[in-house]
Amino acid sequence: MAAHRCSLSALLLIICSLLVFIVADSEKATLTGDHHATAVDNLQTVTETEEGAAAEEPAVEEERRWEETVVEEATADKEDTSAPETVVQSSVPQPKDDFQEELVIRPLHSGDIYASFQFRTLWETDFMRGNKVSHYRLFPKSLGQVISKFSVRELHISFTQGYWRTMQWGQPFLPSPPGAELWVWFQDSVTDVDGTWKELTNVLSGIFCASLNFIDSTNTVQPSASFKPLGIGNVTDHRFLRYATLPREIVCTENLTPWKKLLPCGSKAGLAVLLKSEKLFHSSFHSQAVHIRPVCQDWQCKTTSWELRQTLNVVFDLHTPGQGKLEWSLFKMFSRTLTEACPLASSSKIYIDITDDPQGEQFEVSPATHLLSQAMVLGDRRTFSVYDLTQQITFGTVRSLNLLIRWKSSEGDMLRPLLHAERYVAGYGLQTGEIHTLMYNNHPYRSFPVLLLDSVPWYLRLYIHTLTVTSKGKDNKPSYIHYQPSKDRVRPHLLEMLVQLPPNSVTEVTVQFERALLKWTEYTPDPNHGFYVGSSVISSLVPSIVAMDTNSTREQPLFSSFFPCKEESSYFMRVYTEPLLVNLPTPDFSMPYNVICLTCTVVAVGYGSLYNLLTRSFQIEEPSPGLAKRIANIIRKMRGVPPL
Amino acid sequence: MSLTGSTRRFSPLVPQENAGQFFSSGHTNNWAVLVCTSRFWFNYRHVANTLSVYRSVKRLGIPDSHIVLMLADDMACNHRNPKPATVFSHKNMELNVYGDDVEVDYRGYEVTVENFLRVLTGRLPPSTPRSKRLLSDDRSNILIYLTGHGGNGFLKFQDSEEISNVELADAFEQMWQKRRYNELLFIIDTCQGASMYERFYSPNLMALASSQVGEDSLSHQPDLAIGVHLMDRYTFYLLEFLEDIHPSSKANMNDLFKVCPKSQCVSTPGHRTDLFLRDPGSALITDFFGSVRKVEITMETINLTEPIHSFR
Repeated sequence: MAAHRCSLSALLLIICSLLVFIVADSEKATLTGDHHATAVDNLQTVTETEEGAAAEEPAVEEERRWEETVVEEATADKEDTSAPETVVQSSVPQPKDDFQEELVIRPLHSGDIYASFQFRTLWETDFMRGNKVSHYRLFPKSLGQVISKFSVRELHISFTQGYWRTMQWGQPFLPSPPGAELWVWFQDSVTDVDGTWKELTNVLSGIFCASLNFIDSTNTVQPSASFKPLGIGNVTDHRFLRYATLPREIVCTENLTPWKKLLPCGSKAGLAVLLKSEKLFHSSFHSQAVHIRPVCQDWQCKTTSWELRQTLNVVFDLHTPGQGKLEWSLFKMFSRTLTEACPLASSSKIYIDITDDPQGEQFEVSPATHLLSQAMVLGDRRTFSVYDLTQQITFGTVRSLNLLIRWKSSEGDMLRPLLHAERYVAGYGLQTGEIHTLMYNNHPYRSFPVLLLDSVPWYLRLYIHTLTVTSKGKDNKPSYIHYQPSKDRVRPHLLEMLVQLPPNSVTEVTVQFERALLKWTEYTPDPNHGFYVGSSVISSLVPSIVAMDTNSTREQPLFSSFFPCKEESSYFMRVYTEPLLVNLPTPDFSMPYNVICLTCTVVAVGYGSLYNLLTRSFQIEEPSPGLAKRIANIIRKMRGVPPL
Repeated sequence: MSLTGSTRRFSPLVPQENAGQFFSSGHTNNWAVLVCTSRFWFNYRHVANTLSVYRSVKRLGIPDSHIVLMLADDMACNHRNPKPATVFSHKNMELNVYGDDVEVDYRGYEVTVENFLRVLTGRLPPSTPRSKRLLSDDRSNILIYLTGHGGNGFLKFQDSEEISNVELADAFEQMWQKRRYNELLFIIDTCQGASMYERFYSPNLMALASSQVGEDSLSHQPDLAIGVHLMDRYTFYLLEFLEDIHPSSKANMNDLFKVCPKSQCVSTPGHRTDLFLRDPGSALITDFFGSVRKVEITMETINLTEPIHSFR
């Protein structure tokens, strides 16, 4: 009996403790549920450690998350009567998005000036896994819907007018080829990647007012090595990657207008007020791009956010011959000055690159600032003067900021860029030709490998058996070649090679081709302009002069944090060559009309004459007699006498 | 916000006694399809023509989402343009008709006869984005403006194909049968433009042309800095006329017919109103060029028991 009672009481004790445990748990939930997102994370980790069952974890986590929201509302209701301010805090879900804008101005050795705008929106949300995202704040809704509808993991689109001259201007922060370029990594859940790709290009052509609907299977390739994801993700299946370029695409105000409308402040406040099309397109180089990718929020990558970067690079060359001193100002470049930062931005800064001129001998910047910053970018440690637009003091008493850069002397040579490339078509006539790609390694003693990606349209039939790679006169065998032959009117050539560039050398890649004859309906309305071949892409990890920062989650300026850095001794660089313009044998389109006219004339004249000759018969006809004779004939007929 | 979609089942928030009057005005939304069909730098004036009509139509209230703008070539950012990102209408360079806020829906090689007819008739592939579609209904007033090089009965697209007046008339008939417009105003600025509206046979069409059959439409004046003719005469004077119109203007179609007499245009502009069921004098300019929407807001709930008959 006592044993029974003991066991019963023991059982009761166990049940009670369990109940207490559960109540304590929920209490914990209510207590911490009042706070913001970070508390939610803490609770998640607490529940993780408490549960411990790996298989059930995701489901239980989500359950817990849903539970928490319910509990939040419950506490909100409860606290309605007691403390109104806490109700406001807990009932409105805290938006987890952040917007930063920056402008980097770099005076170039050739006298030009390079301005690079970057606008970044970070949003801690999940577009995948069936979550219906409906409350958009800083992140543009049109792009959010594109990401969730087409299961996009990474999207990179750029529109460029002009060609980046590496030898005169150095390396850009974000390289881009002339025309339009689009590359997308899809999620693993997509079953028909080609169909989704086609729909995505059509939707993007509507959003950006560009003819991206011309992207189809004849200019899309699946690179196997060159375009690895720039965000998180360790996918190696390149079936989910698509890359296409439209070298003929024109960039004008109609592309800039929807691009500006994607920004949280539009073009009304902050750095975007400087984006006036009349000045931006009157430049040597103009490139605008949109990059969307998931990134880690912290070093352990426990939470991921979606990052949207809108970048605009422009190089101005306002050379006035005969004038000794060159002077640049924000007003001269953009015809506007800055009056305020974007109110929705958490950071709004202007960086001016003064590395080449630490003592102020080459150029002078005014208004002067004491804020300096150093950043590791493009393999080099650069020094920048910083203007913080969120501080009222930056605008001074006139409440407007007009930066002035005055050149004092124009000496000094630019450091030769470590990697640069050229491409041209050799040969004569309209039948055959040869494509030459030259890659220069300007490092004095280090050699490094580069990945060359070539996508050639089907109407230039490459003879791959004539492919030669030579460095310093000797044959240089690539360690990896991936070649996909073209199919007429279906897909282009794809050639990817991993080539080791010896130090201080030129590597030449040549391949011969033959021009195909197109069907007469396939010619553009202006066929004598020529047909474009997209730029080659050369991707490489180039040895850097200083140790690069591999911690991508640390707070650093936007221009230095675009390409992820995996090791300290090198940095990632991508170089685009020129696009090629080749003439295809073009028929004379007026000939069908001429032939029809000539043939019809010949047939009409020849057949008509022959027909007449064969079927015409001649009859003799008497002329009709006069009136008197006719009356006399009538009288003679009546008398029965033969007529006259 | 425009009221598109089905019209017979309007929300019951409209007061019943005003409902009949509401439908008697005829149209509830406005669309514009503006097409420039010429390629090459020396056809700068055709792009300037189209952009000046685009500018007027936007100024008078039609939003970008209701305008389908088709430009066959790029003049503003053309490398031959000494002033990039601008398209001027006059050599004094006061008015940049390209502006800073322009959205071109079909550009370059996309401007073809097939795409134009597909836009009009609505037979587009399912993946076409909204900005490239003409989503009009039977309460839409549509303005269609064509410019380029034309001849007797045809209009040349991009130097490689033509659209004939028969095809155009049939496209409008398809639109009528599919109830894609309430009233349609067709303006054409090409040589022998009147030949393009000779074959129309659908109701509620009004057409204007810059010249009669056998006449050439002439350009206005060249600019020596840019090196080409900037605009055509008819559209130049049309733009001048439209600059005086504001959204609440009461100017009617008879004023539009008087634009550019022979003394200014050298060619004789023509018009055709026999298919138009209303009197042109009662049709306002803003019925086609502007976007005046009639919206009445009420807080009461009204049950509509009888069907409302529209009074045309």
